[in-house]
Amino acid sequence: MTRRKLAILVTQVFVLILVFGGWQLFTSLKIVDPFFFGQPSGIVRTAWQWVQHGTNQGSIWLQIYTTMEEAVFGFLIGVAAGIVVGVLLGQFRFLSEVLSPYIKAVNALPRIVLGALFVIVLGLGISSKIVLAAFLVFFVVFFNAYQGVREVDGNLVNNARVLGASRMQVIRNVVLPSAMTWIIASLHVAFGFAVIGAVVGEVLGAQHGLGVLITDSQNNFNTDGIFAGMIIIGLIALIAEWLISLLERRLLAWRPQMSSEASAV
Amino acid sequence: MRSNTGRDPQLHPSGRIELAGVTKRFQTPGGAPFTALRDVDLTVEPGEFCAVVGPSGCGKSTTLTLVAGLDRASEGTVAVGGQPVAGITRGTSFMFQTDALLPWKTVLGNVAMGPLFHGVPKKAALTDARDWLRMVGLAGFEDRHPHQLSGGMRKRVALAAALINEPSILLMDEPFGALDVQTKAIMSDELLSLWDQSKPSVIFVTHDLEEAIALADKVVVMTAGPGTVKAVFDIDLPRPRGSVQEIRFGQRFTELHHEIWESLRDEVTRAYARTSAPASPVATVEGVRS
Repeated sequence: MTRRKLAILVTQVFVLILVFGGWQLFTSLKIVDPFFFGQPSGIVRTAWQWVQHGTNQGSIWLQIYTTMEEAVFGFLIGVAAGIVVGVLLGQFRFLSEVLSPYIKAVNALPRIVLGALFVIVLGLGISSKIVLAAFLVFFVVFFNAYQGVREVDGNLVNNARVLGASRMQVIRNVVLPSAMTWIIASLHVAFGFAVIGAVVGEVLGAQHGLGVLITDSQNNFNTDGIFAGMIIIGLIALIAEWLISLLERRLLAWRPQMSSEASAV
Repeated sequence: MRSNTGRDPQLHPSGRIELAGVTKRFQTPGGAPFTALRDVDLTVEPGEFCAVVGPSGCGKSTTLTLVAGLDRASEGTVAVGGQPVAGITRGTSFMFQTDALLPWKTVLGNVAMGPLFHGVPKKAALTDARDWLRMVGLAGFEDRHPHQLSGGMRKRVALAAALINEPSILLMDEPFGALDVQTKAIMSDELLSLWDQSKPSVIFVTHDLEEAIALADKVVVMTAGPGTVKAVFDIDLPRPRGSVQEIRFGQRFTELHHEIWESLRDEVTRAYARTSAPASPVATVEGVRS
């Protein structure tokens, strides 16, 4: 590790201690009311209690598993649909021009509200959350895939066509790999949206999940519980981010140098 | 008139390229039509190496896209092997000015693309690609990615990728334009020796007149846009030509150069005057030669 990297790491730890230490200190001294703003020690205590004795909705692991299941399925469905539709509309100009106003209109809607509809239609189970998560993910991935397809170097496409490639072969060998840079860049943001979709769906009505845990804490005026739920979600998102970076490195290994440093910030 | 020695008489007739009265107009973003080519007549016989020179923006590259079938003529006919071009012309390979290698594929993967697109089994295609890489002097570089190669090496890969399909027509759009002078000379020599083995018909677009004379059987001079054929010169230098670097010191080469340059100079000057404010002709001449 270079001196510079070490200095960054030390400073990062220092910032963490400063924020949580300050939080703990000010709430202990009652300068800030821990009833409203929680307290790090209380958050840890709440989380520990969930792990040891479970929550009002059952084991904490069940809540985490439920939210993860919803987020991951929603993410996968949304990504697949986004890529397929993005490539189709990027390839077929007529289709994209016909659909363009509708897509813009749907994109302008506050889509999160649709969660309420999905809960009514699909019930309190996980399917309504998966659909909401997939819906949010779809638009992020779709716009990137579409843009990526439109940015493909015309020379590369022409070269493949002259070499004898069919339309499908051009898409598979040229268009998709070229758009992959754009698509992968969108995945970082997309997983965040998947988690938002899952948690908001749970808040709107569910039996299990971290969102339920948070509303339950809210109903009991348990601020520590809200923060604990939030931090668990944050940790999950960090792990997912790390996994997506691994995928990115693998899929884009051909690139001269990685630009993921920028997206990691 | 064909003025070359040592020609293979059994050339495939599918290599014959015929443009008759070809005009190509584009719609500019502003809506006004722009005429890139006007009334172009050009015939390239099977196995003939034809160089096209002319000022920038005279529609040289457009001619190639019409022959390849990537674009359609607005008027006139483009025929290859006696058949009017419709869709992508089969048996054609194209070498672009900029790299058209896929950056995410290895060198081997790039060269194997042509046969794979034509349904050759993967194993056979890869074996074939290895052979071609050996032929262009890149054995041992199969697993590299294009960005790990020098400009000259990338051109060799592109050449192998273009020739692996055994085209009857090879279209080249200033393929060596971005290379330094020495690399360009080496690549030209290799191109000639590879061309000599399978004898595809070639249309080689360039603005380097020396390169055109050194390589070609005939040199076509095009007018400043809208481009049309101004004159056609037969290059009666004997083949094999040997080193492209040395041939240009020969007396006949100098004569041809002088003769064609007389024709080309006016077009270059006109094109230059259009794109810049009052220009000195001396600067134009120097600019094009260098």
